[in-house]
Amino acid sequence: MAQSAEHVLDHLELFRGPEYQQMLAKKKIFENPRDPAEVERIKEWTKTAEYREKNFAREALAVNPAKACQPLGAVFASVGFEGTLPFVHGSQGCVAYYRSHLSRHFKEPSSCVSSSMTEDAAVFGGLNNMIDGLANSYNMYKPKMIAVSTTCMAEVIGDDLNAFIKTSKEKGSVPADFDVPFAHTPAFVGSHVTGYDNALKGILEHFWDGKAGIAPKLERKQNGAINIIGGFDGYTVGNLREIKRILALMGIQHTILADNSEVFDTPTDGEFRMYDGGTTLEDAANAVHAKATISMQQWCTEKTLPFVAEHGQDVVSFNYPVGLSATDDFIVALSRISGKDIPEQLARERGRLVDAIADSSAHIHGKKFAIYGDPDLCYGLAAFLLELGAEPTHVLSTNGSKAWHEKMQVLLASSPFGQGCQAYPGRDLWHMRSLLFTEPVDFLIGNTYGKYLERDTGTPLIRIGFPVFDRHHHHRSPLWGYQGGLNVLVKILDKIFDEMDKKTNVLGKTDYSFDIIR
Amino acid sequence: MSLATTQSTAEIRARNKELIEEVLKVYPEKTAKRRAKHLNVHQAGKSDCGVKSNIKSIPGVMTIRGCAYAGSKGVVWGPIKDMVHISHGPVGCGQYSWGSRRNYYVGTTGIDSFVTLQFTSDFQEKDIVFGGDKKLVKILDEIQELFPLNNGITIQSECPIGLIGDDIEAVSRAKSKEYGGKTIVPVRCEGFRGVSQSLGHHIANDAVRDWIFDKLESDGKPTFEPTPYDVAIIGDYNIGGDAWSSRILLEEMGLRVIAQWSGDGSLAELEATPKAKLNILHCYRSMNYISRHMEEKFGIPWCEYNFFGPSKIAESLRKIAGYFDNKIKESAERVIEKYQPLVNAVIAKYRPRLEGKTVMLYVGGLRPRHVIGAYEDLGMEVIGTGYEFGHNDDYQRTAQHYVKDSTLIYDDVNGYEFEHFVEKLQPDLVGSGIKEKYVFQKMGVPFRQMHSWDYSGPYHGYDGFAIFARDMDMAINSPVWKKTKAPWKEASRAKLLAAE
Repeated sequence: MAQSAEHVLDHLELFRGPEYQQMLAKKKIFENPRDPAEVERIKEWTKTAEYREKNFAREALAVNPAKACQPLGAVFASVGFEGTLPFVHGSQGCVAYYRSHLSRHFKEPSSCVSSSMTEDAAVFGGLNNMIDGLANSYNMYKPKMIAVSTTCMAEVIGDDLNAFIKTSKEKGSVPADFDVPFAHTPAFVGSHVTGYDNALKGILEHFWDGKAGIAPKLERKQNGAINIIGGFDGYTVGNLREIKRILALMGIQHTILADNSEVFDTPTDGEFRMYDGGTTLEDAANAVHAKATISMQQWCTEKTLPFVAEHGQDVVSFNYPVGLSATDDFIVALSRISGKDIPEQLARERGRLVDAIADSSAHIHGKKFAIYGDPDLCYGLAAFLLELGAEPTHVLSTNGSKAWHEKMQVLLASSPFGQGCQAYPGRDLWHMRSLLFTEPVDFLIGNTYGKYLERDTGTPLIRIGFPVFDRHHHHRSPLWGYQGGLNVLVKILDKIFDEMDKKTNVLGKTDYSFDIIR
Repeated sequence: MSLATTQSTAEIRARNKELIEEVLKVYPEKTAKRRAKHLNVHQAGKSDCGVKSNIKSIPGVMTIRGCAYAGSKGVVWGPIKDMVHISHGPVGCGQYSWGSRRNYYVGTTGIDSFVTLQFTSDFQEKDIVFGGDKKLVKILDEIQELFPLNNGITIQSECPIGLIGDDIEAVSRAKSKEYGGKTIVPVRCEGFRGVSQSLGHHIANDAVRDWIFDKLESDGKPTFEPTPYDVAIIGDYNIGGDAWSSRILLEEMGLRVIAQWSGDGSLAELEATPKAKLNILHCYRSMNYISRHMEEKFGIPWCEYNFFGPSKIAESLRKIAGYFDNKIKESAERVIEKYQPLVNAVIAKYRPRLEGKTVMLYVGGLRPRHVIGAYEDLGMEVIGTGYEFGHNDDYQRTAQHYVKDSTLIYDDVNGYEFEHFVEKLQPDLVGSGIKEKYVFQKMGVPFRQMHSWDYSGPYHGYDGFAIFARDMDMAINSPVWKKTKAPWKEASRAKLLAAE
């Protein structure tokens, strides 16, 4: 018996011992297992160009896609407003999933309710669920706003949110002047970034365009402020705080729309804060008067940004700006729009990032990377790698569109380091597996699910993306701003050095290169 | 903390009743009436816990429950390792349940095993409008081509499938025939069916009956020689290796485990189970249906057991042995004896640190009752418990065999109620799920996830008990919980409450 009270063995070690190994070997006979030689043959076959071709010929099946569904993004955006409870109209299991998913990434509570529609609602519609649900949520959780979105069930049966909310108010579920913005967020259209876009647009539309007919439309009186939209972002905590710091440094009056940087980073001090921070409802309304709105992620605001532009504002969008040039562009845009000078401190921060790149570029230069993730993140990371002299060989975005693909091609073509690099829209991680076997790279950048690719193909994984379930606290540090660029650089370098050490640490065999100075 | 321990049962009862009245005040009248039926204070000697269960959740209250898809794909079918399980519908369901349940297995993932892959039909608008059956046909072909060593395929329906009128059964039959009798199982576990995960378990069980067992006669499986000691483990999902630390004990007492349902299980094991002499059932809630079916159809008796904590393990080993001859009964005693020194050492080490500590639970399946014995073996007391998706037969078992007088019972509890109960009762530990974990930790209450074992485990069997004890100790006695208040801030809320 291996187990003992002195040294308790858990799953990491317990099953390695002979007792369990023998037991598992004996279990095999009941499993009708495949011939090990056949398993080996197929395993090798999946690494081939032939398999890749069949794999890329897939038309219907998705295997390990790197995207989630719309309502997740809607919930993510909604909690970025002060005292706001996301309310998802449809089946309840979906909400359990969004909450779990967000909690596993942020290691934080995630509050959200469902209208718990079941079979009878599928037949008769979910109006009663909306009426009861809004009343219960309002009484129990005392929100300042309830932001409604939908699961695919409610969308398939065609529930009309606008009418349902109106009726609920007439029935007294919530006061007539209580803010209940809404967005239809069908899971069978787009991905979580689309849901973010729809929910945010729904909220702005609510405040700016007359609160679904219960208030006059706001008349825009331009001021000097700038609105910032972060987009769906696993690093929202670190990133939005960094953006706020930069804006404060520059003295720019601003509103962060959907600012969920506090609610996903509350302290442990004896109090559970169901709501914390967030864009105030007043600021959300007044955001209409801003001079301009900047989206940090173009593909997260494809509807929101044109909506803002229609209200007369200048709009600018970025693609998850990471690194020198992208941050330069962002800072210059801030200065141009606001008319404020760029303070010396930012120039110094920039200089430090240049300094760090200069110190370390020899280790990154010429290295090949595969990247996957949301379309903007992929773009931003690829652009940074190019300026580091690295080659973003495969850039894959399951929720990347044709337009994304074109923009990626332009980016790759713009640099000598992008030659021979390819962007893959609409593909999944099983495609990536084929790419990594047939055209190997040095490093892979992606979310937690990349660890399966790392295991199968031996490509070291640098965890940048969403979700990251198996490493802690990285979402608290920014990837944006010059400081953020430094963080990304260090993440990449750490992995490069770790791999170098791993490859040179065999005593008496390879350890002549096991250098203490790199 | 541990306010409860200083009070008499009558006082606890009165306080818990008052607490229930207090939380009900927040609701609109209609909701308060409905929720009142799900909350109670257990009365010793009653045959159940006096709560209604397995009833629709109320809209807008933040129920913790999931759906039928979660019960079928996430719980029952997902762990069957050599079959490909398609999340049929939009991308989300499969994405959120991808790899998160820790159903351990041994196999070459992506080649002959598929548990931690996310296969989905990733429905688009056109699939909703024109139906998804043609896409499903193509998907099955693509799986056959790219994953040729799969031993079968299941189709796990998401909400839209049942709403748009797809005929996945017809597709399954046709493709099965085309592939020479391949096992293809359509499962009607759309998320809107039923009131929780529970109906998904039932539907998944029925799918095994209809699409695997009912095909068996003609095939004549299994191929191994039966023995008088063949048993099947039913309702163990091998979370963190639970089924393995259970199997080892059964084999040590001379039984032969011919199938695991469904953690680290395979299609062949499912098919072989009608040859078992006894089905032993851990998670009654999720697999009693198929156990009853096998009893009726194949005459296989089944018995429930509990492998949490040494008291219940010993009781269960004897109960299982009772179905067999003296050789097995004697071996069971030898197994209990063999592990006694480990049990003694674990209790000697951890009980002094945990004695008198109070626990509140809220979990699914079997755990709201099954883990109580393990806590009691460590000198701890469960002062509140409830089921996410239990039925009355779960509450009967809880009342008759597990909970103490005056235990607070909460069925389908929601965020508001649970927070309120914990805030007022100030337990030393809360055991629940990921959605609850950080809420209570923020409040300064130690917490362990009791679905995933908080990424630890196994917790079943004697080996698992040592891990369980270690984990509860590290949760409760972590120095961090003494640091939640800044030294310059006023007295803690706990003290204020105690002074009330």
